[in-house]
Amino acid sequence: MNEQHQHVCGADCSNCAEAGCNCVDCQCSVRIRNLGVRKKDGVILHDVNLDVRHGEIMALIGRNGAGKTTLLKALLGRIPYTGEIQFTSHKGERVEKPKIGYVPQNLVFDHSSPMTVGDMLCANLSPFPVWLGRKKAARDRAAAMLERAGARPELLGKKLGSLSGGELQRVLLAFALEPMPDLLLLDEPVSAVDRRGIEVFYELVCSLRARYHMPVILVSHDLSHVRQYATSAALLDRTVLLSGEVSEVMASREVRETFGLPEPEKGGR
Amino acid sequence: MDVLYSLIDTLLPFEWTEFHFMKNAFLAVLLITPLFGLVGTMIVNNRMSFFSDALGHSALTGIAIGVLMGVDNYLLSMLGFALIFAVGISAVIGSGVSSADTIIGVFSSTGLALGVVLLSASGGFAKYSGYLIGDILTVQPEEIALLAGILVAVLLVWGLFFNRFLLASINGDLAASKNIREGAVQKVFVILVAVLVTVSIKWVGVLIINSLLVLPAASARNVARSMRSYHGWSVAISMFSGVCGLILSYYLGTAAGGTIVLVAAVVFALTFLLGFVSGRRRAA
Repeated sequence: MNEQHQHVCGADCSNCAEAGCNCVDCQCSVRIRNLGVRKKDGVILHDVNLDVRHGEIMALIGRNGAGKTTLLKALLGRIPYTGEIQFTSHKGERVEKPKIGYVPQNLVFDHSSPMTVGDMLCANLSPFPVWLGRKKAARDRAAAMLERAGARPELLGKKLGSLSGGELQRVLLAFALEPMPDLLLLDEPVSAVDRRGIEVFYELVCSLRARYHMPVILVSHDLSHVRQYATSAALLDRTVLLSGEVSEVMASREVRETFGLPEPEKGGR
Repeated sequence: MDVLYSLIDTLLPFEWTEFHFMKNAFLAVLLITPLFGLVGTMIVNNRMSFFSDALGHSALTGIAIGVLMGVDNYLLSMLGFALIFAVGISAVIGSGVSSADTIIGVFSSTGLALGVVLLSASGGFAKYSGYLIGDILTVQPEEIALLAGILVAVLLVWGLFFNRFLLASINGDLAASKNIREGAVQKVFVILVAVLVTVSIKWVGVLIINSLLVLPAASARNVARSMRSYHGWSVAISMFSGVCGLILSYYLGTAAGGTIVLVAAVVFALTFLLGFVSGRRRAA
């Protein structure tokens, strides 16, 4: 990790790159070129071009059905797409098999399954089959993972299906962060969580970003959260209509029209 | 084998162990039931109980194909057809045209009907009706060796792949983010189930094989608090039902397979009540 890193949320990296600064934030991490997704009922996405840099929180916004979730699925490699998605490590090396941390919107899973949080985290940590039990070393690591994601280690023994919305969100974040991902995908991670929980979650994501400089793509409907926590934004409607720094994108006519926002008053945003 | 037989005589000096066929059946039950308990956990977790049922039905067609080809041992024809059948079902489900339970229902009834038609055409169905309920008392020593081999193979797969099975069973997208390919993992599992069902159908029977796969795991779910206890309970309940059912069937003069399933069903009812009561106590 580069210790020279100085930029904080929203810092403009383009200038310092020219000045020879090699802080990790300046480097492009995810490069999407001419991405297209086609399904039976037509074109879902076309000509998507997007760059996400290390340490950037990019908010993906757009109306329902604009293709946000489809773009996430393409990034996860779950659906066939045309075009190219390239991942680069913070050392500038090409990553062929990127590790992606994914925190889904509403995790659809079997709530009656006798699977504990520890089972899930340990299954991801080591190849030792969890049905034979969990080794102490793996349990300790899983507890540390939970703490890093702001969750109590006592959750390890609880069933996944018995967690509250906020607890599940943090467990999923802990799961997403191990191994440390090349890209963190957050798909409206807050829909089942109360307001205070939402803020805690976003603060956590911001601090992780500052600490590990990973790129984050965040799909959100809540524009106030986008303004508060994202560093950049991209407006999607089958393709990228607009992308850039979050304040610019949010102030644009396109975003106002898409979300039916009032005209800004003079001197306002 | 003789060592095992004398071991049984020493450890279990009862009337039912006096016969060789009962000793063989006992050994077979000791090998088959942990397998069913183990694999059943993931069948229930993946909501695939209907799928394994369909695989059981397809065995009839597999036997019919064996008969038509004039082979003596139907194991290979059953296995071949079950694999094609299983891969076919997952492919059609994967296309997303119709819901999974509908597709499995279509395959299941086709497999059964095709088997009945082919068998009745080639000399009368009655000859093969034994496959419907199976007979564990006919198991031979070399078949017990085969079962032992399969138990070892399944334990290996379960040791190597289980974590991936588990993560893929939670959510496909989540598994994909860890570079686990849900489709590939699913195929390994489906093949495993196909092999298990095909090999044991002769002794357990088309009609009840699925109960043995599903009941122990379903009972275990009522009381389990983690993956380890889920597996522990499932295997224990499966073995308990198997041994109890076998002994009961001897003294009652009933079919072993059906008796085993009934014992498992009683265990399910008990664990259901236990889980219900302890769940309410925790909630209170």
